Amino acid sequence: MSRKTLTFALMDPPYESENLTTAFRLLDVAARRGYNLNVFAYEGAAGLAFTRQVPHPNPVHGKNVAEENHPTTKDQVAALLVEAQKNGGKVDWVNCGMCVDERGVNEFVPGTRRGSPADFHAFTEASDNVLVIPTK
Amino acid sequence: MAKKTLNIVESAYRAVMEEQDDTIMWLLAAMQGAGAEHTVVLRGNAVNYAVAGQGVPGLTVGEWKQTQAPKMDRDLVDLIEKRKIPVYIVEEDLAERGIERGELVPGVKLVSRTALPGLFAEHVLVSHW
Repeated sequence: MSRKTLTFALMDPPYESENLTTAFRLLDVAARRGYNLNVFAYEGAAGLAFTRQVPHPNPVHGKNVAEENHPTTKDQVAALLVEAQKNGGKVDWVNCGMCVDERGVNEFVPGTRRGSPADFHAFTEASDNVLVIPTK
Repeated sequence: MAKKTLNIVESAYRAVMEEQDDTIMWLLAAMQGAGAEHTVVLRGNAVNYAVAGQGVPGLTVGEWKQTQAPKMDRDLVDLIEKRKIPVYIVEEDLAERGIERGELVPGVKLVSRTALPGLFAEHVLVSHW
């Protein structure tokens, strides 16, 4: 049986909603199953792979940087790429170029790339299924 | 003397996994440390923050694992006991969700919707989050 290809369109910015947690749970399972994954990171989601994200301490919790171990989405993106590769799948993660420019988040996790809505169209045409997780 | 502020928190579980806490509860705790004087009213879905024993496993992506997943009941107890911030729960919103008083963390106070104007009158500012 041929390897399935799934496309996800994400739209929420990091640190603003639970939508991305759901998205990463789904992406993780798909990567573990060896699916090929396309991700179109649109609007605020263009910041998910921004490499300058820095974990911070949490003075309210009384924890330093190491103790708080604050998650960053760039680490989650990087882990996704590794997991997919480990299981024979591949990830084509596209950061919407105009979205990236207007936000100034144009330094990506290696293995992700700049793209456009045309990539999302191509993903849609070539995928077994497409899941859009929009901002509501 | 700080202006007494009543904070009505309605938005719930928004970005708590990524921030490892609720952004408004965190803000109020931090401001209290800077000398602010806050009171909290949890209404709508936010009443669930007061349910004791809640929590979720951290997010996992491949080999990456979240180790400090949020615990909203713990943070609420911290507000009440450590920060001395009064926390009220709208009792009708609890009832609508089938949550019993005995399920809540200690220290929270129930308030009816009809009693809210009295709370408003006790504060200089009212912020609705």
